[in-house]
Amino acid sequence: MLTLTPNIPDPDGFYEELIRAHEGLDKAQSDALNARLILTLANHIGDRAILSQALEAAK
Amino acid sequence: MVATRYKTAFQLYPYEKVAAQDAAPVRHPVVIVGGGPVGLALALDLGQKGTPALVLDDHDGAGLGSKAICFAKRTLDIANRLGASQPMVDKGVVWNVGKVFHADHKVFDFNLQPEEGHRNPAFINLQQPYFEKYLVDAIHTAQTAGAPIEIRGRNCVTALENHATHSTLTVDTPDGPYQLEADYLIACDGARSPLRDMMGLRFDGRVFEDNFLIADVHMKADFPTERWFWFEPPFKDSGQSALLHKQPDDIWRIDFQLGWDIDRDHELDPDRIRARVDAMLASQAGEVPEYTLEWTSIYTFQCRRMEKFRHGRVIFAGDSAHQVSPFGARGANSGVQDADNLAWKLDLVLKGVADDSLLDSYASERAHGADENILNSSRATDFMTPKSDVSKTFRNAVLTLAGKHPFARPLVNSGRLSVPCNYAGFDLFGQDALDAPAATAPGMPCPDAPLGDGFVLDHLGGGFTLLALGCTAHDVTAHGLTAVTLAIATPPPALASRYLGDAPQGLYLIRPDQHIVARWQGFDADAVARALARAIGKAP
Repeated sequence: MLTLTPNIPDPDGFYEELIRAHEGLDKAQSDALNARLILTLANHIGDRAILSQALEAAK
Repeated sequence: MVATRYKTAFQLYPYEKVAAQDAAPVRHPVVIVGGGPVGLALALDLGQKGTPALVLDDHDGAGLGSKAICFAKRTLDIANRLGASQPMVDKGVVWNVGKVFHADHKVFDFNLQPEEGHRNPAFINLQQPYFEKYLVDAIHTAQTAGAPIEIRGRNCVTALENHATHSTLTVDTPDGPYQLEADYLIACDGARSPLRDMMGLRFDGRVFEDNFLIADVHMKADFPTERWFWFEPPFKDSGQSALLHKQPDDIWRIDFQLGWDIDRDHELDPDRIRARVDAMLASQAGEVPEYTLEWTSIYTFQCRRMEKFRHGRVIFAGDSAHQVSPFGARGANSGVQDADNLAWKLDLVLKGVADDSLLDSYASERAHGADENILNSSRATDFMTPKSDVSKTFRNAVLTLAGKHPFARPLVNSGRLSVPCNYAGFDLFGQDALDAPAATAPGMPCPDAPLGDGFVLDHLGGGFTLLALGCTAHDVTAHGLTAVTLAIATPPPALASRYLGDAPQGLYLIRPDQHIVARWQGFDADAVARALARAIGKAP
């Protein structure tokens, strides 16, 4: 089952780090960073069914 | 001449000429400049401990203006210790529920106080002038009981000379200038601190490029007593965010985030403000209720602090030392914690119990508090005002997801409301030798809990306390300072669960500011004496 309840410790710190990773990037570079990040996280999840559920939840 | 910079809401300490104005400079142990919430709380705390405090304020009462409206439980607990909290809570608007909207739909709501058994609510809304008035009332009560506190209105410090042993102040009054001396000078003179400028000290940080329009409106509306916050509000010309929050006396605080490039004078035109307020209220009430504009202003803000809060015998507290954005109610609430931290240390130093170096711990502990506030306040501001397209994309993605999935709600940031400071890890704190909840670990402020007819915080007094729960203990003295025992043989359930958890018994050493120094499984006089010495900066 895809986790849809809060699961990130220090949410504000995580969010700040995420936004900071984009600092100084133009639109294309930011999009590319996001794509790489999604693929990296998907690999970590590694569960095909969960990934499908996540795609659905994000739509 | 003493200039009038603002109107006062209440005249609290009218100017009276004192004999010292015609005499050679008189030396005072503590002179506090600024009669706002921080200076008044500090004076009251010192006076109740028997240490003389002189407050100088360049006006004669509480100013009208863009001020604190949201006072946190920790502030009320401190005011309770000082005997000033009851009228605040009686007058204040208690609120627990907040709702967050994105455009025209609700994202989620929150409830701040899920736990019973505390004297004070999580937050009250109360106009700052009332907060100051109730502190002055408590000062008058303390003065009647003999507390050595004096407030001199319309006394404006115009010059400052610092020496190794004291400061010399030149003070202007309606009858002309005079001089006085201070062993310790406490600058509680606000974000634009004239004393800081006189000393040429820097106040560095980050300017946020945004303007906020405040409108305090008077109306009889039956909106619930909740904090309503909109990202990208749906009503006309409301800017990037908006806030609606109730204050006492049927006053509602409305905030609009207008952006950076605005024409200030144009936006302050009452007709233009009314058009905005009309649109907001009509969208909520279906029609525009009858209201009057009580007070309006446009403000910008900064997040910054002084590098050091202590400069020899001059100590900075409150907004003079640190400034944050208003989201999170971290201004006045952190300033009152400054006063709470400083009062007992100054008192012990002036009584010769502790060394002057104890005051350095004020600077380090409260700088930590300021950093925490600046971090939280900066993050909230970055979420509310995304600085780049991608930041805005993420922000709106969070808001969209939060409406559907609970996981995204902790990421929504419309201000992280002030929580008490934790001093864990600082030099003055000692052992954690009890397997009990983290909320009562050394460094934390004591949580409240019912006890007898009242609450445990009522029993902690103004000195060091040895709280013995389910065990015996006796008073312990170190370096002439005594920790007084409060023994509770059978702690009531909430007290036991908050301070003991599953432990059968426990012993706590608690500072005068009600922060926990150390805790143990039982009483060991030597261990307590060592922790007590350490708590006042002495070698054990």
